[in-house]
Amino acid sequence: MTAIETRTPLRRKRQPKERQPWGSPATYFVAFVFISLCLGPVIYIILGGFRDNSQITNSPEGLPNPWNFDNYAEVLASPTFWQQVGNSAIAAIATTVGVVVLGLMASFILARYNFAGRGAMYSLFAAGLMFPMTVAITPLYILVRDLGLMNSLGGVILPQIAFGLPVTIIILVPFLKAIPDEIEEAAAIDGTSRLGFFFRMVVPLSLPGVVTTGILAFVASWNSYLLPLFILSDQASYTLPLGVQAFASQYSVDTAKVLAFTSLSMIPALIFFTLFERRIVGGLTGAVKG
Amino acid sequence: MTDAQPPRGTVTAGDGARAASPAAPRPRRRATDWRKRLEITLLAGPAIFVFVGFVIFPVVLAGYYGFFRWKGFGPATDFVGFDNYKIIFQDSAFHDVLLHNGFILVLSLVIQGPIAVVLALLLNRSIRGRSLIRVLIFVPYIISEVIVGIGWGLMLQTSGAVNGLLDSIGLGALKADWLSDPSIAIWSLMVIISWKYIGFAVILFLAGLQSIPSELFEAAAIDGASYWQTQRAITLPLLGPTVRIWAFLSIIGSLQLFDLVFIIWGQYVASTAGTSTMATYMVANGRTSGNFGYGSAVAVVMFLISLVIALIYQRFVLRRDTDGALTSGKK
Repeated sequence: MTAIETRTPLRRKRQPKERQPWGSPATYFVAFVFISLCLGPVIYIILGGFRDNSQITNSPEGLPNPWNFDNYAEVLASPTFWQQVGNSAIAAIATTVGVVVLGLMASFILARYNFAGRGAMYSLFAAGLMFPMTVAITPLYILVRDLGLMNSLGGVILPQIAFGLPVTIIILVPFLKAIPDEIEEAAAIDGTSRLGFFFRMVVPLSLPGVVTTGILAFVASWNSYLLPLFILSDQASYTLPLGVQAFASQYSVDTAKVLAFTSLSMIPALIFFTLFERRIVGGLTGAVKG
Repeated sequence: MTDAQPPRGTVTAGDGARAASPAAPRPRRRATDWRKRLEITLLAGPAIFVFVGFVIFPVVLAGYYGFFRWKGFGPATDFVGFDNYKIIFQDSAFHDVLLHNGFILVLSLVIQGPIAVVLALLLNRSIRGRSLIRVLIFVPYIISEVIVGIGWGLMLQTSGAVNGLLDSIGLGALKADWLSDPSIAIWSLMVIISWKYIGFAVILFLAGLQSIPSELFEAAAIDGASYWQTQRAITLPLLGPTVRIWAFLSIIGSLQLFDLVFIIWGQYVASTAGTSTMATYMVANGRTSGNFGYGSAVAVVMFLISLVIALIYQRFVLRRDTDGALTSGKK
């Protein structure tokens, strides 16, 4: 049911737009004001990177005049920036893959097997929503240190997978429950084992939910700050959020360059989100309906 | 409200009965049982292992270390009982922190909730460019806390863009020291928090609005209800469950707030500017000063406060949603 529900808005939107009427001007006005407020600071950061420091000092609220491309060029030419992009990408991709693979396997068990500990297992993961990483960070740091994973991306990836699992499982279980029993029976009659059913039917059928949880995990990892702050103290292992902060304190007098560095570091998450925005809203619809 | 309990119990009992019922011959059943158990272990095992190892175990560990005076090296031997907890509750800095967290919690709900509901209602009307508007609203939420912190930090400096803007539109009298004046700083923080997280509330409410069956609006239109009557009698009550879930997420988020404060105010300035939170207190007095036992104790206190508030909320607010979305809003 959830899977069907999420697809409806998608289909509705792909229809030709001719039937969409213009609403009242007041609606557009409110929407415009709100969006300006949302985007204003972001635009300030992006435009600030095109100015130089004397422009920023003389009139902090002004527009670039003349436009200055040196800041962006310098950041794009610096190996530090690309190393941090690489570290962030590795951490985000590994976290996403780990969360989705482990989460899908566990959700399959929770959604389609009957066994004694099922309720307890679901509550265990659901309780995980109540343990944000902030609470566990001090002992987590000690644990990662004892495992010898300090300053390595593995020390960031493993805890992120663990903390991503509750949300993933809570979103995926309804998707997997919605797969009709008849399909499973048909597969069983055709001689497919339960594991074969998992790989051939469940994985493709739950794709919308998988994409939603994957994006959430990717963006969360790309933006995560607290865990890398504790685990990664060596500059070479920095992910982008740490890098941006280190850059900002190192070049605190060079405001324009800080702004350029900052705006370049938000691009990947923005692109990724824009591509999959409909999936996220669809997945949230499912989650809200529980 | 009370009939939420029996169905849940019945479902569990039914599951148990179904699991036990297959009437296959004995030896075969044992074979499938064994196989099923293997599959369950194989598929669910890794997730449980990682989850218990990196989520449950550290939380338990925090409870253990909270009883020790411990600098983080070697085994913890200096058992101090509840001393760490006594210090926490006698520390006036911790009282401040609790006050700030409470302030942030209440104001987040009061500021973001109504604005987000109104915006979601407006954007739910059929207008052109709705999907573009949705993407743009979500932008602040997608950007990382570090970027938000640095960007807003620069804008709100005494010589920053906000004061510059006020000067150039002739409102120079309103210029202020947005970040370090203790009477203003926490309001600046509230503006930043609302800016960053309100998009999430709007998107969540829009998703909730979409799941209200359109037949209800058609029926209301046939009965001659006006737009605002329809919103008040149908939309708002049916949006209730979504709002309550959002409020829950917002409360938990407010209690755990760390990144924005830590990035904008740094670990020491936050307390003088009046924006420190439980989490920044924990990091400043735990890891940064090397007192891992004390830091763990603060984590436990934070966890218990969150847990109690979450349980109370679930008991008294979220529970009515278990009756089913369609009936919960009505008396």
